[in-house]
Amino acid sequence: MQRHLPRAFGLVAGASLLFLYAPILVLGVFSFNSGRLFHRWEGGSLHWYAKALANEGFRGAAVNSLAVALGATLLATFLATGAVIGLHRAGARQQGIALALIGLPLVVPEVVMAVATLIFFSLLRGATGLDFGLGNLILAHAAFCLPFAMMPIRAALRGVEPAILTVAADLYASEGAIVRHILLPLLAPGIGSGAALAFITSFDDFAMSQLLAGPGQTTLPVFIWAQLRRPLTPEVNAMSAIMLAVSAAFICLALAMVARARFTNGPCDP
Amino acid sequence: MSGIGTGRLLAWPAFLIAGLLGGIPMALVIACSLMKPGAFGGVEWGLSFDAYRALLFRRDIFSGEPVFSADHLLIYGRSILLAAGTTILCLAIGFPTAAHMATRPPRARKWWVLAITLPFWTSLLVRTLALMLIIGDQGLINGLLLRTGLIQAPVAMLHTNFAVLLGLVYSFLPFMVLPVFAALERLDPRLVEAGADLYAGRWRIAFLVILPNIRPGLVAGCLLVFLPALGSYVVPLMLGGGRAMMAGDLIALQFGGARNWPLGAAEAVALVTLVLAALLPCWLMRGRAG
Repeated sequence: MQRHLPRAFGLVAGASLLFLYAPILVLGVFSFNSGRLFHRWEGGSLHWYAKALANEGFRGAAVNSLAVALGATLLATFLATGAVIGLHRAGARQQGIALALIGLPLVVPEVVMAVATLIFFSLLRGATGLDFGLGNLILAHAAFCLPFAMMPIRAALRGVEPAILTVAADLYASEGAIVRHILLPLLAPGIGSGAALAFITSFDDFAMSQLLAGPGQTTLPVFIWAQLRRPLTPEVNAMSAIMLAVSAAFICLALAMVARARFTNGPCDP
Repeated sequence: MSGIGTGRLLAWPAFLIAGLLGGIPMALVIACSLMKPGAFGGVEWGLSFDAYRALLFRRDIFSGEPVFSADHLLIYGRSILLAAGTTILCLAIGFPTAAHMATRPPRARKWWVLAITLPFWTSLLVRTLALMLIIGDQGLINGLLLRTGLIQAPVAMLHTNFAVLLGLVYSFLPFMVLPVFAALERLDPRLVEAGADLYAGRWRIAFLVILPNIRPGLVAGCLLVFLPALGSYVVPLMLGGGRAMMAGDLIALQFGGARNWPLGAAEAVALVTLVLAALLPCWLMRGRAG
């Protein structure tokens, strides 16, 4: 097939990579600029990082972001694991309904999901006086991250040899024992990467947080967005670069867990 | 209770949360679109179709008569055009990229997939901000051009349709490359060789052998680009800056500064209807295919 491929395709592929990475690289490089400009390099410095880390608003937003992402990750991973194990024995019809409902955030535009959640919490507060503060954001993020957390767990379940479960059932293992002693350990890498994906999804979310966050609940993306209303300095590059580094660390974690699972499952893995 | 039943209970918490924070809120959006706006945001109880009427008509300031207004049509039309343009550009760039990836050795293929996937998992806001810093009036491109003396005043690129299109292609290109790559990778190379052995030219092979075999991947890629582009919010908000607005920004605006929740809800219903309309042909085709 290779010999039929026009040579220009390789050039386009290279250009695609450049297009995807150049803006991130420019942002990263200029976060180390000692000057105030985005188009003139005036020597390397960590000045803007020091400034960003000393910024109280930034630190507060970072704490909120981490709290929301951790809470949403715990909740979403717990729910996703239950959903994957519970649904795998369910009929096609039940599975279809459940997956359509859980997968709603993948089809409905994020901003629509965000205003829908805003209406929901505002009516809830009006009708019952219930307001969980940062908990509102955690719940909303958990629902939003759920389909992302389920993806690697479902993939891990497809890799489990069905005969193992049949053998366990033949040997009178209860359903609970099968889940605890066989499924959970085998799914662990998938659950781990599901958690990492949920964390990134929550940590990077802007629309939901912007519309839902009350005073003092600003998360990092919302804080960075608010900086754009002032004259820009490379401090915003430094803040953004810190966010990118956190996301990159978690995606590497997710990939490493999947890779390790492939390695330990050995050649049997399809 | 033991046996099959206990396992299924584990799915219930996820189902309930998805219903509580997905299904119910979406139903509330529809309900909200059928009410009157409250004085300080929120809604007033009572059935009213004013919000839907406001999508196409506005009240004349003097007479109070409804007059036709194309504002909404303009913004929704722009959203559809920008999403369609994004899909075409992503296909034009993504197909050659995917074809190049699919013909690499297996090891190199893995690295390509990783490189294309990675940006998707970083903050969209930060990546859009990076574009902003490059094409802005004080950005990298204008700064360099001004210094070389090629231009005297900064070229206005930010806050234009071009900026939004660029941002959308930049955000959604991976969604085109990955499914097309997956389809090309599954394609049996012997089919292509058989075509060549039977003296089919390059174009005949492309259209009669490769295209029919990778059609599902192409359709998936186009949908995965078109749908999120149609409903995108962050990219037009930052790169369009109110001058090249899309439907998503308009909706958020009604729940922020404008404080007209029913209108915002009606706009949201209109947007979701467009999304479903784009999905419908695919569902029908899948249903026919079995």
